[in-house]
Amino acid sequence: MIISVASGKGGTGKTTVATSLALALAPDVDVTFLDCDVEEPNAHLFLNPALTGEQPVTTFVPEINEERCSLCRKCADICRFSALAAAGKKLLVFPELCHGCEGCLEVCPENAISAGSRSLGVIESGRIGKMHFHSGRLRIGEAMAPPLIRQVRKWENQSEITIIDAPPGTSCPVISAMKNSDFVLMVTEPTPFGLHDLRLAVEAVGMLGIDAGLVVNRADIGDDRVRRYAEDKKIPILLQIPFDREIAQSYSQGRTIVERYPDWADKFKGLYRDIMRIVMHKEHG
Amino acid sequence: MRELVILSGKGGTGKTSITGAFASLAPECMFCDADVDAADLHLLLNPRVEQSSPFMGGSLAIIRPEMCCECGRCRELCRFDAISESYEIDRFACEGCGVCVDLCPEQAIEFPVQQCGEWFVSDTRFGPMVHARLGIAEENSGKLVSLVRRQARQLAIEKGCNLILTDGPPGIGCSVIASLGGATAVVIIVEPTVSGLHDMERVADLAAHFKVPGMVCINKYDLNEAMTVKIERYARSRNMQILGRVPFDSLFVAAMIEGKNIFEHSPESEAAGALRSVWCNIMDSQVMNSLGIRDLKQVIQ
Repeated sequence: MIISVASGKGGTGKTTVATSLALALAPDVDVTFLDCDVEEPNAHLFLNPALTGEQPVTTFVPEINEERCSLCRKCADICRFSALAAAGKKLLVFPELCHGCEGCLEVCPENAISAGSRSLGVIESGRIGKMHFHSGRLRIGEAMAPPLIRQVRKWENQSEITIIDAPPGTSCPVISAMKNSDFVLMVTEPTPFGLHDLRLAVEAVGMLGIDAGLVVNRADIGDDRVRRYAEDKKIPILLQIPFDREIAQSYSQGRTIVERYPDWADKFKGLYRDIMRIVMHKEHG
Repeated sequence: MRELVILSGKGGTGKTSITGAFASLAPECMFCDADVDAADLHLLLNPRVEQSSPFMGGSLAIIRPEMCCECGRCRELCRFDAISESYEIDRFACEGCGVCVDLCPEQAIEFPVQQCGEWFVSDTRFGPMVHARLGIAEENSGKLVSLVRRQARQLAIEKGCNLILTDGPPGIGCSVIASLGGATAVVIIVEPTVSGLHDMERVADLAAHFKVPGMVCINKYDLNEAMTVKIERYARSRNMQILGRVPFDSLFVAAMIEGKNIFEHSPESEAAGALRSVWCNIMDSQVMNSLGIRDLKQVIQ
């Protein structure tokens, strides 16, 4: 069972919900937590895992053997990302533009291109009690998050439940984080910005054909347009978390809701049961 | 021409609410929404769209089944696992590299350019604005951000604006890199939380990497004053100017619901006062004024 926690708008409480859900379930079930918000991974600040390893992640970039290169330009012609260019008597490589398709390697008739690498970042792994934890961390200056996210997701399905903390937005990094999950839990706040970005997220989840449910965070601020929208679109609201200065302050210190208010663990377990019911209902028609 | 980019690393720290508020304080300013993925600035500035244009992004491979002999060459070449056993392309996985298109022995794969979004030139009650909407689940957000910024710059020159105010996206990836390059300065809006500080450090590193000077504004500072002090200490250690502290205030949401910024909604509030002082500090900062002179051109003339 893979549950990804997403939202269109940033800062609505994805990490708060994902970490609290994981901590509430972990005593009873085998849980793997994947932080796929690789641009700004935060879950480790709340879960404090004992780190057991760090794995570098790289992507292919071409390396040119100048002695063999005949400047035929076949590599530059196939590259759609302008990562290779012939200038005068030299073949130039712009490794930061390379998307790693390896087309140049394939078409070079002189065998002058070999596989080099560019760092995408690292995956940090660890444990929180019995819970498994893996978190991607994009290298500063690296533009491509999706290939790193795909590597983090290699760790999914090793436990009964995998919880994915997804990045904000609706473009390719989010799609990489949500794709092929069993359920998307969308976290929003009842404000005009929250609603606007929720609509986009709902559209993205719809395109992927995944079931979704809603958590309304800071539920007592703003207005009721998010709730009316959810009703209209038949998206179940599975949990509402009120705005509470205590929750906000413990969050600021790196403490989850279930640590601050232990009785909330039951609400998160209930949230999981509701998700299970929706997913099972779909599977059995 | 000066361009100020508002970033945060972490989402939801108040970038757009603050950019929208600055609109009231910035005369002759061009507004640019570089968060093309989940754009919200238009909800505050309520632009009247004057011109909309399609954004043509990358291409998508499409296999023509009547020409495909199922030789498997494309599946062998594709590094993105985008081609299924039944020779259908997964449009979410296709990177648009075109390797299958070029090397298919039957030339059975088409490669049409896709419209990945739309961009707009608009007018608002505060001044002109350039913004965009990336299609859902699309790639090439960086390309669209670069396009929007280029258009904003050109239009700013035409209209005689002396400042571009750019609302940036969260994160540090492709679209943030595209928002940052060549800007005069970056203002990082931070909230006083462990994640706010952690994410701000990464944006500060990114700004340093691209050699754009950074300044720091702490929003909702009173949620954790000890953390606020820690963030200010960090900012000083990185030689980033501290612009000020803005208190947590539910008036920001109340204003947002009315489609107004804080100066239009509650000009006398403490938050509005704090933001006014932040704005003055930005405009008086060294990084926004070459050699410390606010309008170098006028001085030379």
